[in-house]
Amino acid sequence: MFGNRTNFGGSLFDEFRRLESEMDGLFGRGSWPAGIRSVAQGTYPPVNIGTTADQVDVYLFAAGLDAGSLDISLQQNLLTISGERKAPVREDADYYRKERFDGSFRRLVTLPDDVDPEQVEAKYRDGILQIHVKRQAASRPRQIEVK
Amino acid sequence: MADANVENSEMTTRDSSEAGKRESEMTLRPLVDIFEDANGINLMADMPGVSRERLNIEVDKDMLLVEGDASIDMPEGMEAVHADVRSTRYRRSFALSSELEVDGIDASLKDGVLNIHIPKRPEVRPRKIEVRVE
Repeated sequence: MFGNRTNFGGSLFDEFRRLESEMDGLFGRGSWPAGIRSVAQGTYPPVNIGTTADQVDVYLFAAGLDAGSLDISLQQNLLTISGERKAPVREDADYYRKERFDGSFRRLVTLPDDVDPEQVEAKYRDGILQIHVKRQAASRPRQIEVK
Repeated sequence: MADANVENSEMTTRDSSEAGKRESEMTLRPLVDIFEDANGINLMADMPGVSRERLNIEVDKDMLLVEGDASIDMPEGMEAVHADVRSTRYRRSFALSSELEVDGIDASLKDGVLNIHIPKRPEVRPRKIEVRVE
């Protein structure tokens, strides 16, 4: 019922927010080729991916996650994360807003081709799930000496 | 397909450029649940990455302000290949009403979820009215 938060709430500010995200779609994100596995803005949880020469880090902004429900797997360079976030509606209360996600989620993320599936670590702190993957040594940039 | 190709921008804020300035001022609006029971109003806000030390809750007259800074553990020189979240600063404010007891506000934070309880003044809490049957 509350899954689609764009349907919820009807205040003027919600309308502004909707407009803003549509503008973002028109001029911001839309102008870049979207990854085939990228999802609509507002999908829980938001994901950031950062790389350096020797590692790839995936950050899931997933507050209030039940860490025990997490299932993370990496097959070659395809990372799958699934889990559950509970934010149930309390029966004895009247709701004015229900924006927070409740339920199970599953996200697939394509990582660079040279990640090493054997070297993955994950930690959960203050509501951010960080998945740290090492890249294979052979593909790191090497300094070539000129004789 | 070498990298998860969505967008190439630096994840760190670049204060020198104009774009960087705009980015650093941009704030995230935390998603909230707000509900009311017999004792008061409860507000739950998702603020992933925010620790207790980086959280600030203020009540000024009838405005409740919630803000916080997310700390993201990133190595030096990291380049963003995809970013759903473009800022580390959360901020959202709410207008309170007079029957709420702002001195009694209670807040807790766990795993990036902020939980605020604002009690109602005792005189406005619902009382059970007994109906006498004669």
